[in-house]
Amino acid sequence: MTPHTPAQGSTIIRVCTGSGCAMNGSLEVADAFEAAIAQAGANDSVRVVRTGCHGLCGSGPIVIVAPDGVFYPKVTLDRVTRIVERLLADGGYVSEFLFRPAEDAEPIVHYADVPFNAAQQRIVLRRCGVVDPEDIDDALALGAYDGLRKALETLDPDSLIEQVKASGLRGRGGAGFLTGQKWRFTRDAPGEVKYVICNADEGDPGAFMDRSIIEGDPHGVLEGMAIAAYAIGAHEGYVYVRAEYPLAVKRLRIAIAQAEEKGLLGEDILGSGFCFGVKVREGAGAFVCGEETALIASIEGKRGLPKVRPPFPATSGLWGKPTCINNVETLANIAWIVVEGAEAYASIGTSDSKGTKIFALTGKVRYSGLVEVPMGMTVRDLVYGIGGGCAEGRDCKAVQIGGPSGGCLPFELLDTRIEYEALTKVGAIVGSGGMVVVDHETCMVDFARYFLTFTQEESCGKCAPCRIGTKRMLEIVTRITEGEGQEGDIEKLEKLARDVKSASLCGLGQTAPNPVLTTIHYFREEYEEHIRSRYCRAGACTALSHYVIDAGLCKGCAVCKKHCPVGAIWGELKQPHTISAERCIKCGACVEHCPFNAIKRV
Amino acid sequence: MTDQCTCGDAHATSRVGLTPIEPVLERYADDPGGLIPVLQETQKLYGYLPKEALRAIAEARCIPFSSVYGVATFYSQFHLRQRGDKVVRVCHGTACHVLGAPEVTRAVVEELGIKIGETTEDLAFTLESVACVGCCGLAPVMLVDGQTYGQLDIVKARRIAATLREEVAAERGAASSLANEGDPA
Repeated sequence: MTPHTPAQGSTIIRVCTGSGCAMNGSLEVADAFEAAIAQAGANDSVRVVRTGCHGLCGSGPIVIVAPDGVFYPKVTLDRVTRIVERLLADGGYVSEFLFRPAEDAEPIVHYADVPFNAAQQRIVLRRCGVVDPEDIDDALALGAYDGLRKALETLDPDSLIEQVKASGLRGRGGAGFLTGQKWRFTRDAPGEVKYVICNADEGDPGAFMDRSIIEGDPHGVLEGMAIAAYAIGAHEGYVYVRAEYPLAVKRLRIAIAQAEEKGLLGEDILGSGFCFGVKVREGAGAFVCGEETALIASIEGKRGLPKVRPPFPATSGLWGKPTCINNVETLANIAWIVVEGAEAYASIGTSDSKGTKIFALTGKVRYSGLVEVPMGMTVRDLVYGIGGGCAEGRDCKAVQIGGPSGGCLPFELLDTRIEYEALTKVGAIVGSGGMVVVDHETCMVDFARYFLTFTQEESCGKCAPCRIGTKRMLEIVTRITEGEGQEGDIEKLEKLARDVKSASLCGLGQTAPNPVLTTIHYFREEYEEHIRSRYCRAGACTALSHYVIDAGLCKGCAVCKKHCPVGAIWGELKQPHTISAERCIKCGACVEHCPFNAIKRV
Repeated sequence: MTDQCTCGDAHATSRVGLTPIEPVLERYADDPGGLIPVLQETQKLYGYLPKEALRAIAEARCIPFSSVYGVATFYSQFHLRQRGDKVVRVCHGTACHVLGAPEVTRAVVEELGIKIGETTEDLAFTLESVACVGCCGLAPVMLVDGQTYGQLDIVKARRIAATLREEVAAERGAASSLANEGDPA
C-alpha cells in the first residue's frame, strides 16, 4: 500500500500544508519551491501541490516528491534550492536531507518505507496528503464523488442504508453506535423535513483527526454527507466546526463552493433530481457542544446545553425535525463503503469493530502524528511499531486513549486490541481517537487532575451530578497532588466517580470520571504514595518535589546561579552549588540551563 | 464576568458606534439560528462584544437582552471586555501538558505579569489558555495572534514573551511619534 501514488505521470512536489506543518513554515516552503521551479523554467514538468496532513506531524514541514515518493522531513527554506536543482538535473534526491530513523542510521528514501507508514491502512485518509484540498479537480481525479454517483444511480435509499449497516461501520465520534442503524431510525422517523449534521466540534485535547480530514480532503466529508442525506431523505445539512479550526473552515467553504459549481451539491445533483445543500456553522468555544443535543441547541443559536434523550435527534433534532448527526471520520468512510462494497469494508477489522480508525498519536512518543490503522491492532503495535516507542528509548508508562472521556492503559495492558468492546473492558474507550503516550515523568494523579480540570471547566452546569460532582472530585484530586491528601480520599473519589457516571445527563458527565477511575485502578499505589508518604515518584507535583544539585556532577560553573530568578542558589565558583529549598520557587530555570545535567527534581 | 449588570439602564451612553453591525443584523435577520454568527461577526468588528452592541442585537432580533447575554457568556470565544493588542494563548492540550505546558505557562505569566484570562492594564497583552489547538506534534505550543510557537521550553517561552513586549513597545512608540509629527504644535 503506497499512499502517495501520483495523480498524473509528471513530477509533483507535495508540500504538506496541514495545520501542523503550516505552523512550522510549510507555506513559505511551498512558495519557495514554486519560485525555484519557475526560475528554472520547469513549470511544465514539475507541479507544486499544497496538500493536507501526511500524518508524520512531528517531522514537519513534510515534502514528498512524486512519482517516486521521495520523502524529505523538516524541510527548511535553505534546502529548497538544492532539492529542486537535484530533481531537475537527473530526477534524483539529496540524500543528506532524507529521513533517518536514528542519527547514524541509513536514510530512508521513500515515504511508504518509513516505519511510521508501514503498518497503516489508509481508507479515510486515502486522498489526504495527496490532493490539493482547495482544488476539486485534484480530488475528482482520485475518485471523489464516485460513491455519491454510484449511490444516486444504482441504489435506492433503503438498500443504501442496508449496505452501510452490513459494513458494520460504527460512529467514530465516541459512542460507537452503528451508523446504518442511526440512518435507519432517521429515515423511518415521520416528517417531511430532515437534516444531516456533520459533527466537527472536535474538542478532546490531544485529538486532531477530524481537523486533518477536513483540511486534507474536505470533499470526502461532503460526499459522505450527501450520501447520508440521500439515504435518510434530507435536503439540508450543516457542518458544525470547532471555532479553533480556521483553516478547516476556510477549506470547507471553498470545497462547498466548488462542489456546487460542479453540480455535486445543490439542486438536481448529477441530474438525479436529488437536492442537497450544506451550510457551515462555526462553534464558539464550548466542549459540551460535541454532545449531539447540545450541538443542535448551538446551531439553533442557543446556549449549548444538552437535553434528556429520548427523544433522540433521529426523531426530534434540529428545529424539532428528524436529524442524523454523524462524526467527520464516520462520514469520510461512507464513500469508500459505497464504492468498494460493504463486504470489503467488513473484511477489515475484527468481529465487533470493522474498518479502520484514525488516531492522533502524541505525547512522549518518537514519531507523533496522525495514523490510520485497521481495527484490532494492538496498542503496543501502534505505539511501538508505528510510533517508534517512547522518546529517548525509555519505556512508556501508560497510554491514555480517548481523551478526557477515556482511560489510561498501563504498560502491562498494551497488548489490548483496539476494539470497542476490548477497550471498554479495560476501562478506556476508542473515543474520538486521541492517544497520548506518557513515561515515568508523568504523575498519574496529576494526569487525572489535568483531565478533570478540563471536564470540570467545560461542564455546562445544567445537571448537578456533573456540575457539582466533578468540582468535588477535582478538589480531592487537587489536594492529593498538593500533599494534602487524607486517608479515605481514594474511596471517596471512587464513590463520587460512580455517582457522577450514573447520574449525569449527557456523555460529558457520564465519562468525565473515567481518567480518575482508570488511574486509581491501575496506579493506585501512586495515589497512596501521595497521600501517605507525601511522595510523587514522577517528581511532577510541584508541592511534593524539590530541586537538588548533584555535587558529583556539578562543576561549579554558576550558570544556574545566574539564571535563578529568586537568588535561591549559592556556592563558590568551581565548587558544587546548593539550592535553598525555602527560597526556591520551583520554576525549573536552573535545570534548563545546567550544562552538566547536575540538577534533579526529586 | 464581573461587569455590573445594568439591565434597563437608562443612563447608558453609547460608547461605540453601532453602524458597523447594521449589515450583519440585516444578513442574519431571517436566520432563526443566526444569533451566534451575529455575535461572532460583531466581535470581529469590535474585537470584543460591547454592551451597546448586545442591546442592539437583542432589539433587532426581538429577543430578550438576557438571552443574548446568556449566549455571549456561555461560549468561551466571546469576550465582553476589551482585549490586548496581542493575544497570547498557551495550549493546555494533553500532549502539551505532558511535554511541559505548565512550566511554559508559569514562564509566560511571570514575563508578562498577568495571569491566564487577564489583560494588561495598558491593553498590550491578553493571556489565555486554550484547550487544544490540534498541532500536538509541535507540543508544547503557544499562539500569538496568527503565529504559532512550537516545541517550547521555559527559556524559549520567556524569550518570546520578552520579544513580544519589545515589539509592542516599538509599535506603540512608532505610532505615538507619528502622531506627534502630525501635530502642528
